[in-house]
Formats: sequence, C-alpha cells, structure tokens
Amino acid sequence: MTIQVQNLNVWYNRKQALHDVDLTIAPESVTALIGPSGCGKSTFLRALNRMHDEAPGARVQGKVLIDGVDIYARAIKALYVRRHIGMVFQQPNSLPHYSIWENVAIGARINGTARGRALQDIVERSLRGAALWEEVKDRLNTSPAQLSGGQQQRLCIARALALEPGILLMDEPCSALDPASTLQIEELILKLKQHLTVVIVTHNMQQAGRIADTTAFFLQGRLVEVEETTRLFAHPQRKETEDYVAGRFS
Amino acid sequence: MSAAAHPFLPPRSAHMLRRRASNLLILALAVAAALFAVAILIYLLLYVIVRGLPFLNVSFFTELPAAFGSSGGGMGEAVQGTLILVGLASIMGIPLGLCTGIYLSEFGRGSFAGAVRFTVMVLTGIPTIIFGLFAWVLIVIPSHGFSGLSGGVALGIIMIPIVASTSEEVLRLVPKEIREASLALGATEARTILSVVLPAALNGIITGIVLAMARIAGETAPLLMTAFGSTFWNADITQPMDALPLRIFVFTNSPYPIQISQAYAGSLVLIALIFIASFAVRWATGGFRRRR
Repeated sequence: MTIQVQNLNVWYNRKQALHDVDLTIAPESVTALIGPSGCGKSTFLRALNRMHDEAPGARVQGKVLIDGVDIYARAIKALYVRRHIGMVFQQPNSLPHYSIWENVAIGARINGTARGRALQDIVERSLRGAALWEEVKDRLNTSPAQLSGGQQQRLCIARALALEPGILLMDEPCSALDPASTLQIEELILKLKQHLTVVIVTHNMQQAGRIADTTAFFLQGRLVEVEETTRLFAHPQRKETEDYVAGRFS
Repeated sequence: MSAAAHPFLPPRSAHMLRRRASNLLILALAVAAALFAVAILIYLLLYVIVRGLPFLNVSFFTELPAAFGSSGGGMGEAVQGTLILVGLASIMGIPLGLCTGIYLSEFGRGSFAGAVRFTVMVLTGIPTIIFGLFAWVLIVIPSHGFSGLSGGVALGIIMIPIVASTSEEVLRLVPKEIREASLALGATEARTILSVVLPAALNGIITGIVLAMARIAGETAPLLMTAFGSTFWNADITQPMDALPLRIFVFTNSPYPIQISQAYAGSLVLIALIFIASFAVRWATGGFRRRR
C-alpha cells in the first residue's frame, strides 16, 4: 500500500503538534521516523491510522491518502482504516486475560474476517510470520504473561499481522527490549518489508541505519528532511539534520 | 585522629536514640490499634458462634418459627426470604450499577458525568431506611400492601451506587495500552469495552458485586416497611416476605431466652453467608485466568 501525506496539520486541543507535513512513503519498504522527543514523530505515526482521533481535543487538517483514498474524508470511518493497518506499540500490550492463541485471533474475531479452520490457519501463519511459532506452538492455550518482553512484542506483531494489513506502523517497538530481542525484531522487520509497508518511529539512529530504506527527520512538528537512509546520515542537506545525526542534541 | 566510629554504624548520640525510640513508639501504637480492631472482630465472631451454634440445626432451615417461649422451630422462611430478596435486588442492582460504572469509566467526561458521579457518591452515604421509605411510597402505598417486590426494589436501589462506584474504580485501572491495542485492530468502542476492558476488570467487578450482595443481605431498616416480614412460608413477591435480619430483630426483642438464642443462630447464618460469598468470589476469580 502506498501512503501519501499532503499538507498534514495536527492539533491536540490548542497545541499544534504537526505543521504542513508532506511525505510520500514507498510501498514494501521500511521508512524510519527519527527526531528528538516531542518532535511529532509519534503523532505523525498515529495520524496514519487515525489513532490520533482517540486523543482528547484531536484535530486534523490535510490529507492522508492510502492507495489513493483520503482516510480523513467524511465518508471514511476510522475503524475500517484500522482494520487494514497494523500497529505495534512501545510497550508490548498483549491482552493478559486471553491465551496466546486468542490474542492473535482477536483481530479477526472482532472484525469477523475468519472463523473455524480458516482462523486456525491465520493464527499459525501470523505466528510464523512473526517468528514466534516454534517457541509457543506447544503452549497456545497459556497466558502471554509467561512470555519474555521480546516474545510478547512478537506476539503483538503476530496479532497485527493476523489482519493481513498492507501497512505496519511501529512506535518505538524495541525501546523496552533487550539488545538480543531488538536484533530479532529488526531481522523480522527486514523480512516483513518484502510484502508490507513498514513505518517505524525510532529514537535509535543506529537502528534506522540498520533497517530503514528511507529516513525522515522531524523537528518541532515539522518534517525537516527525508532521504534515502545512507544519504541522510552521510550527507544531510539541512543543518538541523546534521546536528541531530551528529548527536549534538537529542 | 580521634577514634571516630564508622559512619555506617548505629550512632550513640542522644538525638539518634530519641529518633529510634519515637519510631518504635509509633510502630507499637499502629500495631496495637490494628490488634485492637481485629480483637473486637474476633470477639464478636466468637460470641455469636458460642451463643448461636448450639441452636443451629437442620430444622432451623426447614421449619417456621415456633410460638414465643417454646423451643423448636426455625427461621426457614427467613432464609428463603433473604435469598429471594437478594436475588430480586440483584436483578435490578447489578445491570444498572454495572452499566453506570461502565458509563462513568469509559464515557465519563463532561458535566453530566460529573453530576452522576456526585449522585452516586451521595447515594452510597444515605441511610438505608430512606430507600425503604422510597419503595414504600412508590410501591407499597399504591398496591395497598407490603410485598417482597417492594423490599427487593429497595435493596436493589441500595445496590446500584455500590456496584457503580466499585465497577468504575476497577474499570479505570485497566491500562490504556490494552484499550489502544483493541482500537488499533479496528474495534469499535463498544466492542473494546465488551471484549477487552470488561474481561480485564472482571475479577474486581465480581468481587464488588458479591460484596454489595452481602451488604444488602444484612439490611434491616429498608425492609421494615416494604417486605415487612412474616412467619409463614412465602415465595410470592406480591405478598409480605420475611428476611433474616427482620426475624433476628423480632426475636432479639422477645423476652424468651430460646428466641434470643435462635436470633444468635440467625446472626450466625447471616455471617456465614457473607463468609461463603467472599470465599466463593476468591475461589472463582482466582481460577479465572484463561478460558478454553
């Protein structure tokens, strides 16, 4: 799925969090959003699947075209948008009162997209797709509370994959994890980008360097620079980008 | 250099000794207060058990009250009545209370929600006899008679704010992250509440409901002018109905030791019901981890 953001402005109550953002995200690639805290990268990510609507006093102006359709058009309902876009959060938020199997199945259950045999297949496929199947296939009926942080995060990825989305949004998915789990998830992302558009917010520039095809640098609610990753880090065009990449502020 | 003590060793100065002494004193006072409270509770329980247990037998549950002064008989109709009244009250109190709690927790922004919250808070503090009066005016007077229904309604209204406030509290504790997970999957708010938030809070909600039921099971005042009580078997809610607290009240006022002893037995049954309910909740919610 292609994402085209045109002239996006986003507010929380009176405070404007994003100013005039224009960005086109190529399909089947990984795009990293980097920038200091409070620069608006998470807000931007949430605007892509209308999760920002849930924030108090949320207001959005501009267009977000996904496969040509403006998701903020009047006729479009947020929940149909979210069904086709997966989201993974910073803290793994597996549902504790459901089993591992039920956690992965819940998206399909809620949306009525599959049941019975088809649902079993989807759950297995998603767990394999998230590189978690081998580790949990013997305990699908147990609570996810037993899993490690990295495993829980992969469970959340499997849960998102179960809806067979075209886009996967990840909001600092590795920041709560240890380096080993982080590496596992980065390898997973590189695999997933073969058939998904991945947009990942990260505060870790090395991570962006490792996995992202394109990197976008945000500062104070504006998109400062977007470029192919190696070029952005090696030859930043703007001074602010250069300062951030060099670690002069964070 | 003087032989100064190592800074980590406990000092011997008067100031430090005073501090340790006052620390111990406060600790002792707190423990004593807790022990005192527990001691009163234990004394009460033991007293009721000692006075009531000898008179607790099968006929207590199967027979009607004997004439004052004679032995034998029981409070069967009162036990039955209490069960029916609590059941009736729950039919009303649980759905209304739970939905109010859900509203306040999930949709509770704005001045209307504030007013509801305030009302719930006030209602939990109102003396329960007033709810009895309310049901009396609403049902007893127009229907020209006391009835189990009016008693159930009075108890049900008492239940609503209790269930609402405990449900709201427990629902609020469900982490935002879990709700977000559900919304990001394309669930509506209603579906999120039903499939994700409520199950996560279920243990606490059940505990709150059972405690509310135990509480109203012991209410006497609101039943005085609604269910009124009787000494006959009655499962008809359109007729006066007996309840344990009512029968205990009447028996305690009698001058005959036998009836007073039976009142103790009745009190023991009430306390036992509450204990059983509490343990049942713990047992049921402790195992309530995963389905399937």
